[in-house]
Amino acid sequence: MRNYLKYAVVLVLVVALLALGGISCSTGEEGGTTPTPSATPKEAYKVGAVFATTGAASNLGVPEKQTVDMMVEQINAAGGINGHPLKVVFYNTETSAEKCATLVTRLIEQDNVLAIIGPTTSGESLAIIDTVTTAKIPLVSCAANIGIVTPVSERYWVFKTPQADKDVVAYIYRYMQQQGITKVALVTDVSSFGAGGRGILKSDASGYGITVVDDQTFTTGDTSMQSQLTHIKGTAAQAVICWATDKESAIVAQDMKTLQMTIPLYCSHGIANMNFITAAGTAANGVIFPAGKLLVVDVVPASDPQKEVLVKYKADYEAKYGTGTISTFGGHAYDALSVVVIALGKIPEGLDTAAARTAVRAQIEQVTNFAGTGGVFTMSPTDHLGMQPGSLAMIEIVDGEWIWLK
Amino acid sequence: MSADQFVQYLVSGVTQGSIYALVGLGFTIIYAVTRVINFAQGEFVMLGGMLSFTLARSAGLPLAPAFILSVLITAAVGASMYVLAIRTAKRASVVSLIIITIGAAIFIRGIAGVLWGVEPDRPPFFTGHESISFLGAYIHPQALWIIGTTIVVTIILHLFLSYTMVGKALKACAINPVASSLVGVNPRTMALIAFALAAAIGGIGGVVMAPLIMTSYSVGVMLGLKGFVAAAIGGFKSPVAAVFGGLLLGIVESLAVAANWGPFTSSYKDAIALVVLLLILLIRSGKLAAEEKAS
Amino acid sequence: MLALLKSKWQYPVIAALLVLLILIPFEGFMSQYTTLMIFIGISTMVTVGLCLLLGYTGQVSLGQAAFYGMGAYFSAVLSKGYGFNPWLAMLIGAAATGAFAYIIGYLIFRLKGNYLAMATLGLGIIMWILFRQLSQFTGGPDGMAGIPFLSIGGFVFDTPFKRYYLVWLFCLVILLISQNIVRSRTGRALRAIRGSEAAAESIGINVDQFKVKIFVLSAVYASLAGSLFVHHLRFVSPDTFNFLASVVLVTMAVVGGLASIWGAIFGAATVRILSEDLLLGLGEWDIAIYGLILMVIMIFMPEGLFVKLKEIFERLRLRYKRRGAEP
Repeated sequence: MRNYLKYAVVLVLVVALLALGGISCSTGEEGGTTPTPSATPKEAYKVGAVFATTGAASNLGVPEKQTVDMMVEQINAAGGINGHPLKVVFYNTETSAEKCATLVTRLIEQDNVLAIIGPTTSGESLAIIDTVTTAKIPLVSCAANIGIVTPVSERYWVFKTPQADKDVVAYIYRYMQQQGITKVALVTDVSSFGAGGRGILKSDASGYGITVVDDQTFTTGDTSMQSQLTHIKGTAAQAVICWATDKESAIVAQDMKTLQMTIPLYCSHGIANMNFITAAGTAANGVIFPAGKLLVVDVVPASDPQKEVLVKYKADYEAKYGTGTISTFGGHAYDALSVVVIALGKIPEGLDTAAARTAVRAQIEQVTNFAGTGGVFTMSPTDHLGMQPGSLAMIEIVDGEWIWLK
Repeated sequence: MSADQFVQYLVSGVTQGSIYALVGLGFTIIYAVTRVINFAQGEFVMLGGMLSFTLARSAGLPLAPAFILSVLITAAVGASMYVLAIRTAKRASVVSLIIITIGAAIFIRGIAGVLWGVEPDRPPFFTGHESISFLGAYIHPQALWIIGTTIVVTIILHLFLSYTMVGKALKACAINPVASSLVGVNPRTMALIAFALAAAIGGIGGVVMAPLIMTSYSVGVMLGLKGFVAAAIGGFKSPVAAVFGGLLLGIVESLAVAANWGPFTSSYKDAIALVVLLLILLIRSGKLAAEEKAS
Repeated sequence: MLALLKSKWQYPVIAALLVLLILIPFEGFMSQYTTLMIFIGISTMVTVGLCLLLGYTGQVSLGQAAFYGMGAYFSAVLSKGYGFNPWLAMLIGAAATGAFAYIIGYLIFRLKGNYLAMATLGLGIIMWILFRQLSQFTGGPDGMAGIPFLSIGGFVFDTPFKRYYLVWLFCLVILLISQNIVRSRTGRALRAIRGSEAAAESIGINVDQFKVKIFVLSAVYASLAGSLFVHHLRFVSPDTFNFLASVVLVTMAVVGGLASIWGAIFGAATVRILSEDLLLGLGEWDIAIYGLILMVIMIFMPEGLFVKLKEIFERLRLRYKRRGAEP
């Protein structure tokens, strides 16, 4: 019996060693192509990217990754950053905070990246704040929760590009105030995104003279919200606010139509892509939601500082991935990587990894008036989101199209 | 709560309940004949929906052939799963079989994710999309299709099991596999039929519910769980009991939202299915234990 | 080479392996695997419990992640939310989880096979829902961050290097305890139960009591592992403890081999390495391949991959020995 165990343990380690040895050859997916080396090729600037391309947040993560792939190609085709090729090391977090933390550690310690963009969700972002702070590497998150960059004193290394959910809610409530709506019912997902929205919707309502008369929730993956909506029908709600991503929001829209509810449905920016319209079909008409101007780029006035960037991003993305594929989520990744690229363009040559990371962070913090897809960014030591007001558009879906309600 | 609201809660509950029932039927059939809990049952439902979407929308087939083909393919997948995974496992223990079916479920889901991507899809409604008024409540025509299909499938299944040779053989195998093999019923053939049948019913369910609830590669997880609870309420014995279980679950969930009881917000709705499951298991544990020992 | 592994060489071999284990986190050796090894160690702790449960009681727990999560959340909430000493929080967590498992165990071990599995499944998911919903304590779906480090006096376990040794110390102690149990009277009783419950009952063994004991033990192991987990990651969220997590744990036990204690390391390591490294490169195929592996192992090697490998190894050794003995 003794002998068995010892062989066993030996086997364990032999196999483990082989596996581990074999692994040291495999690294993450690397995006983009490097240009043909010139006479003195410069070392590539490595940036890490963690997005959720599978799992609950995949409809956000996939356009984020695709945007990054596209950008890396473009940047390297144009000669890189000050002659340095850009290399993005990408890992899929599978919408798991635990996986994200492991992968980020890997990016920091094994891949030696200079900065990290992503992750996709608030939960994942919150999970790695300690990791990036201890490792002293800048992070530009693509997630919604304002807690990711506040309090700024504890977020020295963390930035983000999407609008804070607090601002999105404020936008909706302001619009509702103008429409004379005073009573609303909530239908939110219990996931991180939905729960975050729900918290703010409840706490900020009174500031706009709005009362939440019903507060219903559902779980991701539920197939019917009719019961919750039936309950809402029995209240005096003048509008329904749904905070979830496209699939569940589509079910809410469909159920509202089935129940022949006449009050308007307001959704979150989680439905800012064509998937919602495809899934909800005719039930999508009349749905109102706030989103980046990317969705209505055609009617954005030429005087808007974002116009050029929006038009180019939409044209490039749809040329590569197909018409109607753009979403504001991909736009967040565009903004995040752009901010890092701007910073990389300004750091001195010849820095070692640690010094480079510190330099990149400092440069990100100094980004001023950068017109991105989500808004115009001006970062500062007291504001790591840096978004100027006026970056959102209130959109209504009419006949399957996005119409900007001004 | 007004009378109209109450009817609406019932209507919504019956619709959801029919969905759970269609999934639960498959669990019941396989368990009754083979004593295996097929964790991949939800995936059969998913396949039915995904295939019908592809065939109807992308391949442009007319609805009826698309659905029949979807169901047939799903049945084939079920049969293959039996032959390749279950039968090959020979004298596997109960625990092993559970893990095998879990592996199969993950495998099927993974393949679906590769083939169809992660985006949800919605096949076209069978007959239009304006809801119908009914006793003060509203019901979507597709929901009527779902409820109708559940009733029809249950009746046909009952007739099949009671009046056809194959059906009666299946039933015999379910009651006592040893004795029935003595009179010439081959348990392996019966198991194969059970799997194919359960997969077909799952596929039918998937086809008819996908237009209403949408379908995606991961839809089988939640459906499988709820369908399992439906079958458990029915005691894994007869199709009718499973349907009853499904309807009960659907209505209880719906009314729980109506009750809006204290801190238990509607987010606990899913917990209901699980609590029901646990209660059933605990209450009948004595009886179930005796059954397992006997088989 | 095979001859080396016979009796008199086993102690040097063990010593060599221990030295290897000790040296891994050192810079320039294999330090890039420190974090991976920490996770493997933590997973092993949970897996051992499952291996014992599966192997010696023939029952499966499809909700083991619930105990893992309870340990994690008790540690997180008590140490971060209420300022408890992390060690005390860990102890409370283990005690609470154990007590909970004891009560649950008596209730559900009357069930058998399939039904027991489903009961554990249901419990696992209910715990996950509770982790998510009791947000005043648990931080809700976003979880809790900023969980303090473990420390002894002034020595803080603030680097992966230090935590590696802590985790593996716990892990090896648990493995040795488990091995002791298996070789003791309890172990013999367990093997009797595994052979035939009816026979065991007939010679006076209280089968249900033993099953519950093992269940509680596995819960305590999982709870300790969960506590170590949060003091390493310093973050906890409910999704780490969902149904899929329980499936992964069962996979580790299955790969490691039911009833095999040292195989638990193998199982945990293989599954971790697979899911973290090898499958990463496969992109969207990883889920399908994971399911395929699970199926294949259970169909062809129901005793577990590790145990099967041991068998093959042993057969080769005998064949070699026989050849060597021929004049």
